[in-house]
Formats: sequence, C-alpha cells, structure tokens
Amino acid sequence: MPEATLVEAINLALARAMEDDPDVVVLGEDVGVNGGVFRATAGLQKRFGAERVLDTPLAELLISGLCVGMAAQGLKPVGEIQFMGFIYPCLDQLVNHASRLRNRTQGRLTCPMVLRTPHGAGIRAPEHHSESTEAMLAHIPGLRVVMPSSPERAYGLLLAAIRDPDPVVFLEPTRLYRAAKGEVEDNGEALPLDTAFVLKEGRDLTLISWGAMLKETMAATEALSAEGIAAEVIDLATLKPYDEDTVLGSVAKTGRCVIVHEAARTGGFGAEIAATIAERRLSSLLAPVTRVTGYDTVVPMARLEQYYMPSVERIKTAARTVCQFS
Amino acid sequence: MASRRVNQDLPVIARFEVRHRNYLAPDGSIQRPLPSFASDSKLLTELYRSMVLLRLFDRKAVALQRTGRLGTYAVSLGQEAVSVGIASAMRMEDVLLPSYRDNGALLWRGVKLEEILLFWGGDERGNRFSGPVHDFPFCVPVGSQAPHAAGIAYALKLRKQPRVAVCLFGDGATSKGDVYEAMNFAGVHKLPLVFVVANNQWAISVPLRQQTACETLAQKAIAAGFIGEQVDGSDVVAMRAASEEAIAAARDGHGPRFIEAVTYRLGDHTTSDDAARYRSAEEVQAHWKEEPIARLRAYLVAQKMWSKADEEQLAAECHARVEVAAERYLATVPRRPETMFDHLYADLPEAYAAQRRELAGEPDA
Repeated sequence: MPEATLVEAINLALARAMEDDPDVVVLGEDVGVNGGVFRATAGLQKRFGAERVLDTPLAELLISGLCVGMAAQGLKPVGEIQFMGFIYPCLDQLVNHASRLRNRTQGRLTCPMVLRTPHGAGIRAPEHHSESTEAMLAHIPGLRVVMPSSPERAYGLLLAAIRDPDPVVFLEPTRLYRAAKGEVEDNGEALPLDTAFVLKEGRDLTLISWGAMLKETMAATEALSAEGIAAEVIDLATLKPYDEDTVLGSVAKTGRCVIVHEAARTGGFGAEIAATIAERRLSSLLAPVTRVTGYDTVVPMARLEQYYMPSVERIKTAARTVCQFS
Repeated sequence: MASRRVNQDLPVIARFEVRHRNYLAPDGSIQRPLPSFASDSKLLTELYRSMVLLRLFDRKAVALQRTGRLGTYAVSLGQEAVSVGIASAMRMEDVLLPSYRDNGALLWRGVKLEEILLFWGGDERGNRFSGPVHDFPFCVPVGSQAPHAAGIAYALKLRKQPRVAVCLFGDGATSKGDVYEAMNFAGVHKLPLVFVVANNQWAISVPLRQQTACETLAQKAIAAGFIGEQVDGSDVVAMRAASEEAIAAARDGHGPRFIEAVTYRLGDHTTSDDAARYRSAEEVQAHWKEEPIARLRAYLVAQKMWSKADEEQLAAECHARVEVAAERYLATVPRRPETMFDHLYADLPEAYAAQRRELAGEPDA
C-alpha cells in the first residue's frame, strides 16, 4: 500500500470525491492555482477545472455562506478556512443556517456541506493560527464535528463527511499534516462517522483524545506500558455526535479515564465526556475522571506554545495518579 | 455629491452614475412613458389585488397577534409594492431568498396564507410551504441570506441553468459585511443574481442617515462592479419594470443587478415595536400620501381598468380568503413535542434519539 502524509491523504480523498461525484466542489482562499496554503488541494484545479475548484475572495463568512446556498441547490461544497483562527466569521452561518436548514424547513431544504480547517498549535505559526475551539462547534445541534488523527482516518473520514447528507466541520490537525505518515489505499472507501476508534487495548485505564494530541497520548502509553500500566487509547474522531458506547464500554472495563485535549479546559469537550461518564458509569469508576488539557489562557504565540499544549509528561502523571486510586 | 476636498489637478480615472426609475406619481399620474406590460390590464390588476390582499392579511395577522393567537409579526404596510413587484417578475424555477418582511413575494409564489401564519405562530411547518420547493424560508438574521443567494446563483451558473436567484433585504442589511461579501462575489463571477433592498428608511429605530453616508444605496453595487438602480419602491409599475430588466439581464448572462427600492415603512417594525418612540406622526402622515396601493388604484381608476364595484368585490374576496386562512391556521393540529428532533439530521444519531424518546415518554432502548 502506498504511504501518504495526512495532508496527502486529505488531497487523495478530495480528488476521489470529485472524481466520483460531479456535484462536489471545492472552494476557499488560495485553494485553486496555489493548491492551498498547506497543499491540501494541490492539483485539483488543474484536474477538475476552475469552476469546481474555486478561489474565493478573502471572506470567510462568504465561504461558509456560499456552501449553504450551494448545498441547498444539491451541490456538495467543501469549503476551506485557511486556519481555525479565521473560522469565527463563519459561526453565524454554521449556527443560524447550515446546522438548522433541514430542521427549520422540515426537510424541504438540506445542507450537505463540509467546512475544512486546520486545527491546533505546534507549528510555530503566527498569532491566530493555533486555535483549538472544537468544543464551541460541537455545541451546535445539527452539525457533525470530525477530527482525524492519522492519514488513513483522514482519508476515510473526509470521504464520509463529503458523502454525508448533513453539514460537517472537518478539523485537520495541522501539526500532523506532514508529521503523520501511514499507508493509505485510495480505494474510495469511507470510514463510519460517529464512531470512535480504539487504537490500543488495555485494562488499567482509558485514555481518550482526538486530533494531534493522540501523538503525545500514544507516546505516553508506550512509557506507561514500560511501567506496567496498560492503557486503552480511544481516538474519538467524531466529536459531534460522539460515540458514547465505545467510551462507556471502555470505562466500564478499566474504571479509570483520562481525557486529553489541546483546547482550553473550561467548557472544553473533555467536560462533556466526563459528565457523561459520571452520569452513566459512576459505579464503574475507581478514580475521578481526569483531564489533561491546554490551559485557560489565550493560546500563546510560538515561543510559549510548547508549554501550553499537554505534554507526554503531563499525560503520564495524570495516568499514574488515577492508577494510584484503588 | 456633497462637496469634498479633492485635488482638482489629479486626473479623473473613473466616473459612475446611478439612475432613478419612476412611472407613477404618488397621485397616480404618469411621470414618463410606461413600460409595455402596463397595457396588460390583467397584470396590473393582479399586482393591485396582491397588494390589497397582503394589506388585509397583515391586518388580520396583527389582530391575531394582539389577541394572543400569533407570535411577533412584521407587517409590510407601505412597502407592499416591493416584494409583490419583484416576485411578479420571477419565474417559478427562479430562487427566492426573502427577508422576514417579504410575505408579498411568498404569496405571489404560491405560499399559502395559513402557512405564513403557521411560521409566525411559531411552527416550523410553515417553512415547508407550498411555494417552489427550492425557495428559501424567511431569513431572520439580517442580511445573512445574501451569501446563500450567491452560492445558489453559483450553482445555477455551474449547471448552466437559465435560472436566477433573487435576494431581498432591508436598508439595515446593507450595513452588514454579509451583503457586501455576497455582492462582491456575485460581481466577480457575473452570477445570475438580483439583489433588492427595500429601503424603507428605518432599521427598527435607526434612520437611513445613521446607516450610511452614501447618497443612495444603489451605488453600493458600483463598488462590487455591477449596476445599481434606484427605483421608486412605492410605484409597483417601476418595481415590476426594474425587476423584469434586472432578472432578464441576469438570466442572459450579464451578471448581477442591484435594485434599491425607495419606500417607507408605515407600520411598526414588528408587533413588538412602537415606532412612535422614535419618529413623528407628521413624518409618517406625509408618507401616507405616497403609499403604493392608493397610487396604483388612482391610475387604474383613471384608466378605467378598475371600478368601485371591482374594489368592493376584491375586498370581499380578500376578507373571505384571509378569514378561511386564519381558521385553517387556528385549526392546525399541534406537533408532538418530540418532533423537534425530526429533520435535525437525515438520520437522527442514537445519542439524540435517546433524548427524543425521553421527550416522548418512551422507554429507553
């Protein structure tokens, strides 16, 4: 099987979707001739034409609003927001329109769109390029929020997102765009949405994460293993709606749970998972559900960002702490 | 243009113009030669009938609201010619994107009175209406439908369909980036898209002069690279003529147009508003002399296209239609609470299906 980076897998999935379905269009800033600032759309305009791979004016609200209109007409738009720090003008469109068009018209109009954006810190980018605000998107009823953590899942989940009949926000871990490499077969097969992936089985505790933080989480797991702690690792992959069954099943088995996310702690998505576990698996718990997260401060610029993001060490410490409860 | 300190020594590199369209004076007299459709008495009386129906319907809707049987409602009083005029020039396959004050356009396109009442009565089923299936529902967040119109028009152009998107909003919306972003994009791609701003002078309590320093709203199209025209929006003949031209141009591949319909909101912003708090009775009274229904009636009567008997018959017809619609609306079987989950996703994810069951009082799966 050929090897691909995560961003190459995104590119493969976009090309495959456009090849399979003439209704798929790609739009965003610099996605055409330039092939995207991260090269996610490289070669697509040449292959599918400027009408289907469209360089938009520099206007994020417009990109998301265009997607809503196109989708209502039966196209399958895939919009790109260059960095997550620029997604906020789209919130009006996502909250007021994309997520509720089907519901408010009682199924008369639908909104099969995908809005892709790079997610997270760690690439020494300028200010406003390092956000991880997935929880505010996951709060919106009617949306799907998806975040892959490997090239294989990026390919399969993006295909699923494009084929899904409802709006999907697709968050791509910037830090893994080129750092993550893996075998990707361009076979057009989608992975299921709303399904978490168990990356490693273990009996002692459950580690739950998504996106780029899986890298640190897996590294911590290796080290813990050497200490005799067998962690089960879940890649949540879809945050909205998230796979409660896999999470609760794992916690019922291990009795311990550490949630790792890069986003700030307060109101982060870890809180949602912790609350669900407390509501539904309290009797299984051997230790408090613990969060290892970014801090409740503004994401710092390049010089301090490494201190902001959860480290392997912090994850290990949290895991050891919950394992000390008996 | 207001006097500005400019360096007269510099060469002028571009000049722009904005034209104004008006056929019928407020008293119904003819200002300039009428467009050809004006000889079609059937069409003119149809426009008249639609405006009268809209006004009577508004009155009934307000009465329902005042007696606790309808939610907040936005009347079209004084600006009926705008939404009726533009809708009358559209084809059914064209796509309408209305603001919340465009009942007239929806009615022209086949939406039922009781469906409009259902929406304002707080029931989403009002948006699953009998009008064209591709039309958008009322847009409440001001101007936020303009990017949708651009997306729709892009899709129509991509598929080489001879169809046009028509986006309606008020003067307040022209202050929003949404509208400018959509106009800008429509200009770049020469989209089949017509923007219509009902400039009724007031965005709730904020007058036009606090909305913009521009002499006209039509000139905003110039910044986006296409034609903006100012129209007497209380003259339905002018609205229809401007709409016909703009829609035909858009359909024929000449790109977007912008119509500024200058009119006046004689009523409150909505039933939740009291316009007396921010504007004088004298101002409102003066604008009653320009309103579109009396204007067209004066013309029709002068042309012997309309009689007192016609008027009485129309009033009776409209009254009956409105009463029947109100009865149907009030008799609508309520939705079951758990249906709020219906059409949330194509298939409701299990996580939320459990909440639906909870609301329905069903046992958990």
